[in-house]
Amino acid sequence: MAEIVINNLRKEFGDFTAVQSSSFKIEDGEFFMLLGPSGCGKTTTLRMIAGLELPTSGEIYIDGEEVGRRPASERDIAFVFQMFALYPHMNVRRNISYPLVSQGMPRAEVRAKVAEVARILGIEGILDRPVGGLSGGDRQRVALGRAIVRSPKAFMMDEPLGALDAEFREHMAEELRALHDRMGATTVYVTHDQLEAMQMGDKIVVMNHGVIEQFGRPQDIYDKPATMFVADFIGSPSMNFLKFHGSVEAGATSVRMGDHAFGIPEMREPFDGDMVFGVRPEHIHLSDAGDFRGEVLAAEYLGTTQIVTVKTAGGRIKARVGSDRRVRMGDHVGIGFDAARVTLFDSQSGRALRSDLNEGVLAHG
Amino acid sequence: MSSYSITEPSDRQKWIAGTLVVVYALITMMPLVWIFLTGFKSPADAISYPPKVLFDPTLEGYVNLFTTRTRQTQEFLAANPPQTWADEIVRQYDMVIAGPSKFGERFLNSVIIGFGSTFLSIFLGTLAAYAFSRFKIPLADDLLFFILSTRMMPPIAVAIPIFLMYRNLGLSDTHLGMILLYTAVNISLAVWLLKGFIDEIPREYEEAALIDGYTRFQAFVKVVLPQAATGIASTAIFCLIFAWNEYAFAVLLTSGTAQTAPPFIPTIIGVGGLDWPAIAAAATIFLLPVMIFTILLRKHLLRGITFGAVRK
Repeated sequence: MAEIVINNLRKEFGDFTAVQSSSFKIEDGEFFMLLGPSGCGKTTTLRMIAGLELPTSGEIYIDGEEVGRRPASERDIAFVFQMFALYPHMNVRRNISYPLVSQGMPRAEVRAKVAEVARILGIEGILDRPVGGLSGGDRQRVALGRAIVRSPKAFMMDEPLGALDAEFREHMAEELRALHDRMGATTVYVTHDQLEAMQMGDKIVVMNHGVIEQFGRPQDIYDKPATMFVADFIGSPSMNFLKFHGSVEAGATSVRMGDHAFGIPEMREPFDGDMVFGVRPEHIHLSDAGDFRGEVLAAEYLGTTQIVTVKTAGGRIKARVGSDRRVRMGDHVGIGFDAARVTLFDSQSGRALRSDLNEGVLAHG
Repeated sequence: MSSYSITEPSDRQKWIAGTLVVVYALITMMPLVWIFLTGFKSPADAISYPPKVLFDPTLEGYVNLFTTRTRQTQEFLAANPPQTWADEIVRQYDMVIAGPSKFGERFLNSVIIGFGSTFLSIFLGTLAAYAFSRFKIPLADDLLFFILSTRMMPPIAVAIPIFLMYRNLGLSDTHLGMILLYTAVNISLAVWLLKGFIDEIPREYEEAALIDGYTRFQAFVKVVLPQAATGIASTAIFCLIFAWNEYAFAVLLTSGTAQTAPPFIPTIIGVGGLDWPAIAAAATIFLLPVMIFTILLRKHLLRGITFGAVRK
């Protein structure tokens, strides 16, 4: 049980800066996601928290104690590796009991602990098997068993589902989340899969090129992206971006894009120059009327919804509409946006402009 | 319906491959078998032509190898009846056993020096290989090249400097001197081979152990070493074979207390003509430790113990 605070954490490998001055706070008992594309510094951040990598500068506090320079063995955290890293020369029981043996726990107590963990994970039957012949899921459970057996202050997980088959991943994700809720321990989880992050996380940090792009609850990150990168990285299909040149005043509730005016949340800052109009596919509706029109290029059927690609004067747009609406290729349709859900970005920096929608989120992010 | 697979050999291919292996094995084993048999022949049988495949086995060669003998007068022989089976064998040449030969000592020297230098090479080599594999070492590539460069000439090329060095340091004809010398030659091989093996071991194993509350040294001993067992075993065999068979330095630097078996065996030739059975017996005994060592470590050579523990 621990609160983890990261303060101006930085890591350089020679000339390459893997993590640039990250700061965030992980509350006690939180399921915390580090999300980003590969090479964004999320695994390096996790490894620094775990003590497998020394930070170049900055501090890491676990339960109020600064641990940045301490060896991993003194931090009382557990780590689940993507490749499981089960000790190949030991059987399942010895793998799980290994962290307890290092503490010098009496044998009988170790046995009892391992039995309890095996029961929680449903792996009583394979305790005496060598780890070599286990299925991916069982190996994953053994790796989890090794992590939880010691009741550490926090769990670090480095893409623990990455090595599993797609169908099994879903199931394991549920198991993991249930396990977390049961143990109540702080969990820091690295993933590049935005769906996994949204599905499991209490909070998400989105990283790119060693920089934290946004930090917050999954809903906030999805609905109120702080940067174009976040808006693009999260969501499938990702947010639509319409580039235009124009200006808005503070307090404006609409913006002119070419010949058309579109409703936007009330702006909190003025801007003049190259802008991007960002809107999620599900906040677009197609209608027969409307003067902003486009030509339907394609429609992907997804069961309850469909993704319709429309070519407009401002560029291509993907809209998520109910699959009961009939669209044909070549149709000309009117396009409307849900004004309250629109985000404007500064095209140059990619930063979201402050508005009624995102002000609360951007202020503390 | 043919279940032809390019990975599964047909019966015919298996048969051909099997035959080739057997024929090859026979050819390579022939000299060994011949030496083994010669060790049990009498001197006359050993040099008879055509060579004898069937013969009366005798332990004469082994007795001659382990003893020194003197010729005695008939009166002396009559007054002292033979005490042991070995006495009986030498009596046929009117000789008596005067004492043990130096072969036992020399063989023991070989064991001490061979295994001592193998142990030291592996011990230092494993630590160095681990450091090169896991830590950022300034100029690591240059150092590795430097280590390898000691192998770029035949070791005997530096015989004279080493001879002079050893004489000044008092290392000539000592066990320590020979162990250090063979270790110096073997360590480059050991570092390079072992580095390759340790590179193959995923770092996650040690990291898991570090997280599980072990120090880096404990992680090295408990996690890395068992994983590297295969590499250590094969490297140890290479080191032992070199140190065990080394002849030139042994001739040059040892003469008495630390003389190993290889320079000693040829000296048997000079005693009362060519005693082929004794030489063959020496060669047979000399082969045994390396053979036993290799057979003992065979399990590690063949077993891929990391199989399946990390999903790749």
